[in-house]
Amino acid sequence: MNRISSRHILSISDLMHQDIELILDTADSLKEILARPIKKVPPLRGRTVVNLFFEPSTRTRLSFELAAKRLSADTVSVAAAASSVVKGETLIDTARNVEAMRPDVIVLRHSCSGAPHLMANYVKTAAVINAGDGMNEHPTQALLDLFTVKEHFGRLSGLKVAIIGDIAHSRVAHSDILAFTKMGADVFVSGAATMFPVMIETMGARVVPRPEEAIEGADVVMALRIQKERQGGRSLIPSVREYAAVFGLTSERMRLAKPGAVVMHPGPINRGVEMAPELADGPYSVILDQVTNGVAVRMAILSLILPEDHLTSL
Amino acid sequence: MRPIFLQNARILDPSCDMDEKGHILVVDGKIAGTGGGIAAPEDAVSIDLHGLWAAPGLIDMHVHLREPGEEYKETIETGTAAAAAGGFSAVACMPNTNPVNDSSAVTRFIIERARATGSAKVYPVAAVTKGLKGEELAEFQDLMLAGAIAFSDDGNPVSDPGMMRLALQYATGFGALLISHAEERGLSRGRFLNEGRVSTMLGLSGIPSAAEDIAVFRDVRLAEFVGARLHVAHVSTKGTVDIIREAKAKGVKVTAETAPHYFSLTEDAVIGYNTNAKMNPPLRREEDRLAIIEGLMDCTIDAIATDHAPHSRLEKEIEFELAANGIIGLETAVPLALELFRQSFLSPLDVIRCLSSNPAGILRVKGGSLKAGGDADICVIDPEAEFSVTRENLRSRSCNTPFLGKVLKGRAVLTLLDGLPVHNLLGVVF
Repeated sequence: MNRISSRHILSISDLMHQDIELILDTADSLKEILARPIKKVPPLRGRTVVNLFFEPSTRTRLSFELAAKRLSADTVSVAAAASSVVKGETLIDTARNVEAMRPDVIVLRHSCSGAPHLMANYVKTAAVINAGDGMNEHPTQALLDLFTVKEHFGRLSGLKVAIIGDIAHSRVAHSDILAFTKMGADVFVSGAATMFPVMIETMGARVVPRPEEAIEGADVVMALRIQKERQGGRSLIPSVREYAAVFGLTSERMRLAKPGAVVMHPGPINRGVEMAPELADGPYSVILDQVTNGVAVRMAILSLILPEDHLTSL
Repeated sequence: MRPIFLQNARILDPSCDMDEKGHILVVDGKIAGTGGGIAAPEDAVSIDLHGLWAAPGLIDMHVHLREPGEEYKETIETGTAAAAAGGFSAVACMPNTNPVNDSSAVTRFIIERARATGSAKVYPVAAVTKGLKGEELAEFQDLMLAGAIAFSDDGNPVSDPGMMRLALQYATGFGALLISHAEERGLSRGRFLNEGRVSTMLGLSGIPSAAEDIAVFRDVRLAEFVGARLHVAHVSTKGTVDIIREAKAKGVKVTAETAPHYFSLTEDAVIGYNTNAKMNPPLRREEDRLAIIEGLMDCTIDAIATDHAPHSRLEKEIEFELAANGIIGLETAVPLALELFRQSFLSPLDVIRCLSSNPAGILRVKGGSLKAGGDADICVIDPEAEFSVTRENLRSRSCNTPFLGKVLKGRAVLTLLDGLPVHNLLGVVF
């Protein structure tokens, strides 16, 4: 038995409250390893993690690779350009072929929403971890965001979280909305009106048109990148200039937040668009903590998703 | 051929509003008599139906038979076998084959293949525009002479309103029927399911209802303007029902069909990225589903057509965004339509009307009646029989249906085509 209730990590909604608590607690105890001079422990020795990235990624891919290596797993990463996809192989065939080589975990990033769910339906033994699917979800990013916020504030419940940007096309926003609300935080989203998916309230977020309203009294303020590649050929905003003026995160707007509030960003940042250049490096920023924590949280996920009886001790 | 005597049936003949106990006599492939007072000739094959429903052979005015060109999904042979198994004795097949049915040669090919291999009457619907490209009209007169019974670019809308106007206007010269696949592509392109709660939940771009409403409104106004006949295919939205209801009240020559999935399912069926619930137009909200049932109840929607759209695993066992649109429907239409009767929305006679006499009237083809003298195309339905929808039980070459694995109630147990049994679960030897 793995110790979280879901065999795969496809969506935040697959995880129960106690699963998330367990992942965050485990990450907390594993994070210390990253500060050691010798950053390697044996629990996943002999285990294999395959990273299948059908979409470009620097941060997430590196983060998963390092997480696996820190735990002594063997990792192989495949990028789409080098894969069979260009030769016309279906995702299911790719999954079956990869699984035939007996990896323990397949980490999948794909431009199609639901691709990890499809793969999970066809693999028999490997666990599938969603590393971002289309504009659907990016659950491990949300978990590292939870970890970062909890690390900073000591709790999640009762916090006000503001997410500013293109909510409709952001898989990070979807997972964050589900994750923070599940853990008892209040999530406010803001952005241009063209950036809200219909009925986003059903996911638990409150929609406010003015970013000031979202930021006011917030503990956490997260800005999202404008994702031109997912907007379907029509720009959702008249210009970057207008967007930055109305919705960009500035020191002035951050003054509305609660004293001690933090600024987050899932990266990569377009400085001067969704966030004033100085903010990302400013005292509010926990953006690089997010990146560090990403490794710890993914270590926790990898170690928890594998059957316990096969693990050597930490 | 021995005469066939179907006795003790519940006779449902919508062409004369008949719903009564009685018998049907079939002689030489024609209906020789229907009612209570007729008797069997001595040499007849006599079948006691014990109150099962006897209806005109059902007519599905919207199917895709995939032949020519995509025979790995379906052929005229397997598609009409599925039709027969579903109680249909006639189908109208859409022109989006390969090559497209935009020439009399293709129309004749389809008719020939149906004659040689078919288990149902096949009425080809030809393309409105050459290659379904929306640029040049197809040869309506030539196609009609070859046997085309209507025109549609189904699968594609005729996007340019000027071209649609031309098509409707040209059709008036021949009394031809145009079937509109109403979709505003500017709102639907690159989108995959209904825009709503589920699209947001699944992180997929959704198609707003307005994409259909706007296109239906346009085509209805154009038909009104040029005085043409228009049939609206696969109605999926409340907005469309309202527009058609209003147009009918004004006397516009418009008719409409919906498919069983639009009154049986909602967008919820897509949850889990179920590609067998992906079709265009997409499954909508509960309020749309209910509006469609209302539309059937007040005759705003005239016909139930399946939009039978076979696809193989190659098109369906892939990423949702990449998967083909469409589901099969011929073999599940009867049980799903009977649900409307079981839930007291429609009488049995009205269910049969939507599945036989109304489509016959819209397409101006024979059938949809049990009157003496007509072809003996007859469907016997056991409303209580259960049908387990499995790959093995389906006669279609494809099994892309959201009802796969489900047990449905009510099915055709006998289908006669010109007096010949093309589907027979009664265990009777003819």
